[in-house]
Amino acid sequence: MYDKLWLIPFFPLIGSIINGLLGKRFIKSEKAIGAIGTGAVFLSFLVTCRYFFQLLGDTEKVHQQVVASWMSVGKLQVDWGFLFDPLSALMLMVVCGVGSLIHLYSIGYMHGEEGFYRYFSYLNLFIFSMIMLVLGNNALVMFIGWEGVGLCSYLLIGYYFEKQSAGDAAKKAFVMNRVGDFGFLLGLFTIFWTLGSHGIWTVNFVDFSEHGHLLGVGSTVVTVATLCFFLGATGKSAQLPLYTWLPDAMEGPTPVSALIHAATMVTAGVYMIGRMNVLFAMSPTTMGVVAAVGAATAIFAASIGFAQNDIKRVLAYSTVSQLGFMFVAMGVGAFTAGIFHLMTHAFFKACLFLGSGSVIHAMHHALHHAHLDDDPQDMRNMGGLRKHMPVTWATFGISCLAIAGLPFFAGFFSKDEILWWAFASTRGSLVVWGIAAFAAGMTAFYMFRCLYMTFYGKQKTDPKAKDHVHESPWVITLPLVVLAGLATVGGFVGVPHAIDVVHIGNKLDAFLAPVFHHTQELYQIEAHGAASTEIMLMVFSVVVALIGIGIATTMYLKNPELPAKFTSTFSRLHRVVFNKWYVDEIYDAMFVNTTKQFGNFCWKFFDVKIVDGIVNGVGKVVNVLSAGLRHTQTGLFQNYALAMVLGTVVMVAIYILN
Amino acid sequence: MDNNLVQIALQNVNMWAIMPSLILICFGMGLLLINVFLPRGTTKHAVWISLIGLVVTGLFVFKGWGDPQYGFNDAVALDNFAAFFNITFLVAAGLTILMSDEYLRREGYPVSEYYPLVLFTTAGAMWMASGTDMMTIFLGLEVMSVGLYVLAGFFRNQVRSNEAGLKYFLLGAFSTGFLLYGIALIYGVTGSTRLTEIGIYLNAHTSLLGNPMTLAGLVLIAIGFLFKIAVVPFHMWTPDVYEGAPTPITAFMSAGPKAAAFASFLRIMEYCFFSLKPEWTAMLWVLAVLTMVVGNVIAITQTNIKRMLAYSSIAHAGYALVGMVAANEIGYSGILFYMLAYAFMNIGAFAVLVLAGKKGEDNLTLEGFSGFGYKRPFLGVAMTIFLFSLMGLPPTAGFAGKFYIFAGAVKAGYLWLAVIGVLNSAVSLYYYLRVMVYMYFRDPLEDYAWVSMPVSVVVSIVIAIAGSLYLGIVPGFVMELAKLAVF
Repeated sequence: MYDKLWLIPFFPLIGSIINGLLGKRFIKSEKAIGAIGTGAVFLSFLVTCRYFFQLLGDTEKVHQQVVASWMSVGKLQVDWGFLFDPLSALMLMVVCGVGSLIHLYSIGYMHGEEGFYRYFSYLNLFIFSMIMLVLGNNALVMFIGWEGVGLCSYLLIGYYFEKQSAGDAAKKAFVMNRVGDFGFLLGLFTIFWTLGSHGIWTVNFVDFSEHGHLLGVGSTVVTVATLCFFLGATGKSAQLPLYTWLPDAMEGPTPVSALIHAATMVTAGVYMIGRMNVLFAMSPTTMGVVAAVGAATAIFAASIGFAQNDIKRVLAYSTVSQLGFMFVAMGVGAFTAGIFHLMTHAFFKACLFLGSGSVIHAMHHALHHAHLDDDPQDMRNMGGLRKHMPVTWATFGISCLAIAGLPFFAGFFSKDEILWWAFASTRGSLVVWGIAAFAAGMTAFYMFRCLYMTFYGKQKTDPKAKDHVHESPWVITLPLVVLAGLATVGGFVGVPHAIDVVHIGNKLDAFLAPVFHHTQELYQIEAHGAASTEIMLMVFSVVVALIGIGIATTMYLKNPELPAKFTSTFSRLHRVVFNKWYVDEIYDAMFVNTTKQFGNFCWKFFDVKIVDGIVNGVGKVVNVLSAGLRHTQTGLFQNYALAMVLGTVVMVAIYILN
Repeated sequence: MDNNLVQIALQNVNMWAIMPSLILICFGMGLLLINVFLPRGTTKHAVWISLIGLVVTGLFVFKGWGDPQYGFNDAVALDNFAAFFNITFLVAAGLTILMSDEYLRREGYPVSEYYPLVLFTTAGAMWMASGTDMMTIFLGLEVMSVGLYVLAGFFRNQVRSNEAGLKYFLLGAFSTGFLLYGIALIYGVTGSTRLTEIGIYLNAHTSLLGNPMTLAGLVLIAIGFLFKIAVVPFHMWTPDVYEGAPTPITAFMSAGPKAAAFASFLRIMEYCFFSLKPEWTAMLWVLAVLTMVVGNVIAITQTNIKRMLAYSSIAHAGYALVGMVAANEIGYSGILFYMLAYAFMNIGAFAVLVLAGKKGEDNLTLEGFSGFGYKRPFLGVAMTIFLFSLMGLPPTAGFAGKFYIFAGAVKAGYLWLAVIGVLNSAVSLYYYLRVMVYMYFRDPLEDYAWVSMPVSVVVSIVIAIAGSLYLGIVPGFVMELAKLAVF
């Protein structure tokens, strides 16, 4: 029985309400607020675990649980309902598990911040929304979660709202997401009406899977609808062309970046495609677009990562790039691999972000102690931190190995499965594989560049602050250790057959099979090729990664003067990459300014002259009318009675004369 | 008398059919008796006893759901329809009683006779909802109205309250005349006062449908109820009475008795005049539009919030009337839903006014609410929720209610009526939002130190908030019940 599923979203909601309403005035104590916030998510995690293991032993894998009827109009019945299947179960484990760790971490990181209660209230609300997004059994509940996480993301990016840049970043994220959400809605409407015209009025995901074929395989309508959904995914998951908000989102507190902008919310787009895999599989065109956009984003964002000096920005572009990998997986039909990478990425990227947070935390305190205004996030102020922060260094290093895809770390398995599918799938292509493989090499390079600049070499921190850099407290390092552990061994749930010498089997593939295999069989999506080819490809990608690491080692560890030489030789290229290919400027010129100008025009001409004219005109008429009608209200009851009589006479007369 | 006849008559009585109202009346009478032995000015016991009476009745109504009782030779029916409305009346009466004690004390009338009157009025409303005979309905209407006349003029030393009571009484009596005349005409045509018999008779004798006597009877009966519902042009008593009556009574009148009138009106139209549906829906179409427009347009220029809410309640009657024009399942169940929703949101808004007002209530103007939301955050948020619901914005009860009613109209093919309704809702944003503008965007002129937060009123506000949000977020369950309740 899965009848207590509602507890999972319930705890964070209550936590959010308690901290939000009582935190400032009544609870006050940071410890209590932190305990409530963390405890709420942890309770959800425990409930999730319980049901997760129940599901493992269950033969029936898809469970729907309706909590209450939401609305029923005509033939459309929408419920507050949950869908608990392997996909949502796994996603919930990631959301609640990583969520609990990051809540714990936040207690240490946010210590002493003004609005501590506000932070935890928002963060719990985010977890609640994310759970609704994941667990909803229909597109409307998912949309509520979808909008909810967007709202929380906005609130948390703008957490330091007194800073202009934070406010701007929050606004940018919100607007970009709205563009995507618009696509989501259009997609939903298209599906809803088209299915409706076949007599199926539904927004339920299970019904979508069951009746999706009515839309017609490869038909225009299914392509249009899935492309609209994909637009929604590009907004939420920061893909080309809507990715620019994510790097700016780093204005938020670092745990927020780890939770929302790396591990969970930004993967919602990938999850959504997984949820609607039947619809996407029906349109090879859309799948092609998804794969192409994913590959392009992967390489494009990786290239920007080369030239950033802000530690969080490097990680942000790396996230965009890794999300690109996940979309490549979805696009070539490797749904399991995409979700697999989503999971491993949640481990190592959350660890990287939290590690960077630990560094920033330490740097901030050291610089503050020495009364310096240096940027605590700039890697050029760091270097050699390995000695001061051994735990952070070790965990960060492990995660770098994982993201670079060195053998037997988590990232190795998930990324290679994606590359293998890109190469061998019926929906794959050599070009996509080539781009993705190259991007993987670039990832290894910029991640090790980041690692070296931060932890190795000579410490470039101002001498006054130099010795005040200390390792962070246990609430910060414990999540790091746990996540690093997961980043090390987390990949073994999905060992590919080709190298499965001890026969542990691809557990994840078997687990997710009830969700994806049907689709893959129905539309002949499979990766076929010899085991030897697969092993060859693996060796190749490991070599590529090693080359990337090698270059980084040469440039940033062995010959620290090389990068400067390099930038001066290719100064123009460097400037372009450093400025993120001027995409923000191009968007400003193309959309923001034209929209502004158009807005100005609308305001000066359309709004002031026409709309205001009409509105004021109507207002005047209504006011005159109202004042006039008011006079009928004389206060004399004789007049009232007269009105009744007149009304009666008119009504009777109309009837009888007709 | 023949022994057999007595037995037959007794068999047909079935007290269960009027049990909810009987319980209320027993509590009311008991309370009156108790009051004799207590010193004047003690009222707490009255509040408690009335509330217990309401809860007991409520439990009884809940228990009887799905198990219809008919009695008194089919003159009374306690079916799901009546049960649903009974719950609405009980909610309205309960919220009203919770906020009354504080108010009566402030205005200097701590009189315990007030509470039995509310209970009797509620009992009358219940007879209206369960009446299946013209006479039962008339009886219920009168029991309810007489109680309301007294309650409206309850502050006997205040001119405004006296004026309200007297005006309501005179015009009410006048409208009752129309109703009785209509009943007489219909009796003349069909020879019965039993609703179902009238319906069957008219359906069987189609030649009578065009008969002037039938049509005049239909119109006159309708007018009797249109007056109670406050439909234009029979609405003119509303602003004066609502403004003059004690605030809790205004709240009660706008929700309970109005719902009762809708209940009887629905039943009569559907049971007796289903053969004349095209005729009366056409009439109600025009009246609904007039009512929405006039109510909203006049509300715009009001600066007294109590009076503004009075006009807006006219507009809300117009929205509900749209459901009757639709005359289909979703439209009718929409009315049931809307009446319950309206009880929560409107009485909630009045409860805030009860706390915000000074003695005499001269400060309940827009200006008087300047900065209220900052100085009194809880009441500000509560008022905001109620106003959102009255505007019909999601996720509140008002939105769900309007949605169902307009959906019913669209389904029945009255697209334009629905459009007019939605446009009218848009107009209403103007005057509801203006209250919020004053609450949040004006600097406070005072510190609202006189605003106290007695537990009973806060409880009624919290219940009203819970109802307004529950019906807005999860309307499905109650809507299913409403669908089971309509014919």
